[in-house]
Amino acid sequence: MAHSAQKGKLIAVIGDEDTCTGFLLGGVGELNKKREPNFLVVDKNTSRHDIEEAFRGFIKRDDIAIVLINQNIAEEIRYAIDSHNDPLPAVLEIPSKDAPYDASKDSILRRAKGMFSAEDFR
Amino acid sequence: MALAGPSTMAMAIMKARLKGAQKGHSLLKKKADALTMRFRMILKKIIETKVLMGDVMKEAAFSLAEAKFTSGDFNHMVLQNVNKAQLKVRSKKDNVAGVMLPIFEHYQDGSDSYELTGLSRGGQQIDRLKKNYAKAIELLVELASLQTSFVTLDEVIKITNRRVNAIEHVIIPRIERTLSYITSELDEREREEFYRLKKIQEKKKKMRAEEDKIKQALKEKGQFEEPANLLEDQYDKDLLFTD
Repeated sequence: MAHSAQKGKLIAVIGDEDTCTGFLLGGVGELNKKREPNFLVVDKNTSRHDIEEAFRGFIKRDDIAIVLINQNIAEEIRYAIDSHNDPLPAVLEIPSKDAPYDASKDSILRRAKGMFSAEDFR
Repeated sequence: MALAGPSTMAMAIMKARLKGAQKGHSLLKKKADALTMRFRMILKKIIETKVLMGDVMKEAAFSLAEAKFTSGDFNHMVLQNVNKAQLKVRSKKDNVAGVMLPIFEHYQDGSDSYELTGLSRGGQQIDRLKKNYAKAIELLVELASLQTSFVTLDEVIKITNRRVNAIEHVIIPRIERTLSYITSELDEREREEFYRLKKIQEKKKKMRAEEDKIKQALKEKGQFEEPANLLEDQYDKDLLFTD
């Protein structure tokens, strides 16, 4: 742990083509020694199974600290995201180009909802 | 502890334990309060950042569309040319009431592998696009550390509250019950002792009365001689002036 904390960790992306392109241009993309990318481009032909596989692969890798996932894709594998309870890596849901962000679907915010009154959410 | 039986010693030990439990309870409660305060602060920040993230992402997506418009579709080129990450995150630890919270920090590492993208046309747009996404990443890294703290704190607060409740509703009552048992048992013992003493006194009184009666009877007959000595009934004979 102490060693990997010293080394920089990666940000993984699961998203549509445009989201991935944007973040890769931002400079998060990396191929590891096995030539595995740290991102997954999801189009309409990508099966739910593949998404879930990739997600589970990302949360298992110890060089990834943050997993970014488009909210509409997160919706597909909601059960997998909800079952991920560990603090690391952090799974963040981000809005995609064609679907606006819906706070009520977010795993973390839904967890928070039970604890606080409505006025905290304004 | 239960084997020791009720004694003043056991009571003193129990009292010390009760005091310890109460102290621990108040300390844990303070910890839970501190954590909850931090937790609420983080939650508020998460909500703020999530809202802000919507705007930033919208802007970023918009600049992507703009860049695409000027320089054509470069998605494939970008997706195929991945090599080494230029933006990485590093984690630090922050200590809140004895709980380690990870804080992420992003940093640049290595050179931009997309330097030549949009060289022919649309370079400015792509530059802006990169900047916008870098900004988005910065925000998302911040959000990620907040979220990680949130999850960690949530867990720790649950554990702390469970401990506080366990001490309050299980451990302290148990010690108090033991203490009251010891007290009642000691009281019982004291009453027993008191009763025994009383009984002995009574018996002695009775014996004394009987003796007095006998003495009275002897006095009336004129045969009773007052003892010269408190300690002896017999009359002391004079040793010197014998006649």
